[in-house]
Amino acid sequence: MHQDEVFDIAICGAGLNGLAAALAFGGPGNRTPLKVALVDQRDPALATQAGFDGRASAITQAARRMFEAMGVWDAIAPHAEPMREIMVTDGQTDGPRPALLNFGVEHQPSGPSAYMVENRHLLAALYEAVRAVAQITFKTGHKVERFSFTGPQAELHLTSGQIVAARLCVAADGRHSQARQAAGIETIGWAYGQSGIVTTVSHDGPHGGRAEEHFLPSGPFAILPLPGNLSSLVWTEDQLEADRLMALDDEAFLAELKRRFGEHLGAVRLAAPRQAWPLGLFIAKSLTAPRLALLGDAAHVVHPIAGLGFNLGLRDAAALADAVMGQFRLGLDPGGPQALQAYERWRRLDTVMVAAATDGLNRLFSNDIEALRFIRDAGLSVVERIDPLKRFFMREAAGLSGHLPRLMTGEPA
Amino acid sequence: MQPLLRSSLGKRLEMSGQISVDDAEVAKFSALAAEWWNPSGKFGVLHKFNPVRLAFIREQVTARFGRDPMAREPLVGLKLLDIGCGGGLLSEPMARLGALVTGADPSEKNIKTALVHAAEQGLAIDYRVAAAEDLAAEGMKFDIILNMEVIEHVRDPAAFMGVTAAMLKPGGVMITATLNRTFKSFALAIVGAEYVLGWLPKGTHQWEKFITPDELSGMLKSGGLVPREPVGVTYNPLSGEWRRARDTDVNYMALAERPH
Repeated sequence: MHQDEVFDIAICGAGLNGLAAALAFGGPGNRTPLKVALVDQRDPALATQAGFDGRASAITQAARRMFEAMGVWDAIAPHAEPMREIMVTDGQTDGPRPALLNFGVEHQPSGPSAYMVENRHLLAALYEAVRAVAQITFKTGHKVERFSFTGPQAELHLTSGQIVAARLCVAADGRHSQARQAAGIETIGWAYGQSGIVTTVSHDGPHGGRAEEHFLPSGPFAILPLPGNLSSLVWTEDQLEADRLMALDDEAFLAELKRRFGEHLGAVRLAAPRQAWPLGLFIAKSLTAPRLALLGDAAHVVHPIAGLGFNLGLRDAAALADAVMGQFRLGLDPGGPQALQAYERWRRLDTVMVAAATDGLNRLFSNDIEALRFIRDAGLSVVERIDPLKRFFMREAAGLSGHLPRLMTGEPA
Repeated sequence: MQPLLRSSLGKRLEMSGQISVDDAEVAKFSALAAEWWNPSGKFGVLHKFNPVRLAFIREQVTARFGRDPMAREPLVGLKLLDIGCGGGLLSEPMARLGALVTGADPSEKNIKTALVHAAEQGLAIDYRVAAAEDLAAEGMKFDIILNMEVIEHVRDPAAFMGVTAAMLKPGGVMITATLNRTFKSFALAIVGAEYVLGWLPKGTHQWEKFITPDELSGMLKSGGLVPREPVGVTYNPLSGEWRRARDTDVNYMALAERPH
């Protein structure tokens, strides 16, 4: 058993959120780069090569500024498709789909307000950027056997016998976060009884940068534009139906897909393996515990209805960086109660609001009761709903609401 | 306690030649340290106050010594004296910012508490049970002297300031923080903080011993230092935060330099 040095920050999980957080703390995105350890059982180099993560993420303008400040946007930009238009419809699978909302996403002088990027490109760009930073040390290939969160530092005891010690442990280890469980932080939430099927399709016609969100009876069906004639699909179905669809061969699956996708983009083909995730909403009851801060999916999993999962994680990382640096630069404890309280205060409300909004949208639209459909589509109630709905999409699309952490304004932390 | 900690603690405690904490006492002082360092405990008001003092010190010192305030250890190599250091609430941050810190306090209990906590944090700080006169008698000299919330407690402020100022090297800076003697400071610092809010034990401060900025300035000049305009520190009861302000009626800080 040996401990080489005490890191400032030990991040559990070298996925998208963990890599981004590592850059926020130890990379060029920080005016006072910290000593960071990235701990993961998997080697992120293998994760970038292996098969691929078929998902895509919406990158808001605030997230883009953060990537710029961290010196990683140039590597992402070639893979980023600007979202020029968002269309939201409410309809039956085979019937007409009245457009509830259709708006051009305003172009700011600094560029479009949101982009779609495949997660594999995000992962590769973040990984390369992290590798170039000497301040960030990979501690990969071994499981964490035991966490200790008592005293002036967190200690991660690896199965190799090595101990990674740090002033603060950051849990970016996903929805089943081992660090969160070790700290005894409980979660609240529920399963939707739905699965999200994710894949990429190619189509003959150009999408013109239009994102489509069809609120079908079983749940939202999103078509999100990727560079070229490619689109990312997020297809929500009841659990049983999703299982049935996943069991189909490619040809039969594609036939089902076309029924929902429509014909406006010409012939459609599968361009990636399909993956399905059970959907649920959960929020950690606390975002912090002594020597521990949760971020990304470890802290909250929201409905993918608006593609906001990764953005929430980035906002977490940016806010945590500000809270920690505020203490660190004064010589105070970067993992002490003051830093953690500041982070908790900052992120709690935003997390709950996004979770509640995406949950409410999903519940409102995931049903096929005629009476409700009538009410939904009836003039007045639609108008009443459109405004908050539109505001929600606009606000979240730009990611510019509220008091922004420095990184989200494009300034280093 | 973790085995790792104990070994480093033992090493640190041996390193300090001035005073020792024997094994039987470690648990007691560790508990006292936990109390000192609990932001919502007995010394909570000091923790609330600390960031504004630290930000002022860091900003002023880096500017005077031409250091990069964004550096990891901007005060590296500078010799610093924290007079009346208590449990080390200022000494520890200064050590983390790279300063070579001597912490002095006449209370053995405070010094032992500070010593145990610094060891737990892995910080090397030269803590001493000593008054300013003792250090001066040893001929110690410093680049930075922190004289924070001390002068209003000493018997003879002018003599005390003279002794501390004499330990400042040419080009060095002394930062003094204290309470002004005004009606407002009586209302807020004595009646408010001690009697109404219960932030401080009754009798912590004697209003008669508070010092006006002019009096302080006079003492600094007598010590051969060049005082700068003092800045106030005010409390915002809505946000619960202390801020720097022009208002020097209650709490204020002042920087003084010894010319080369």
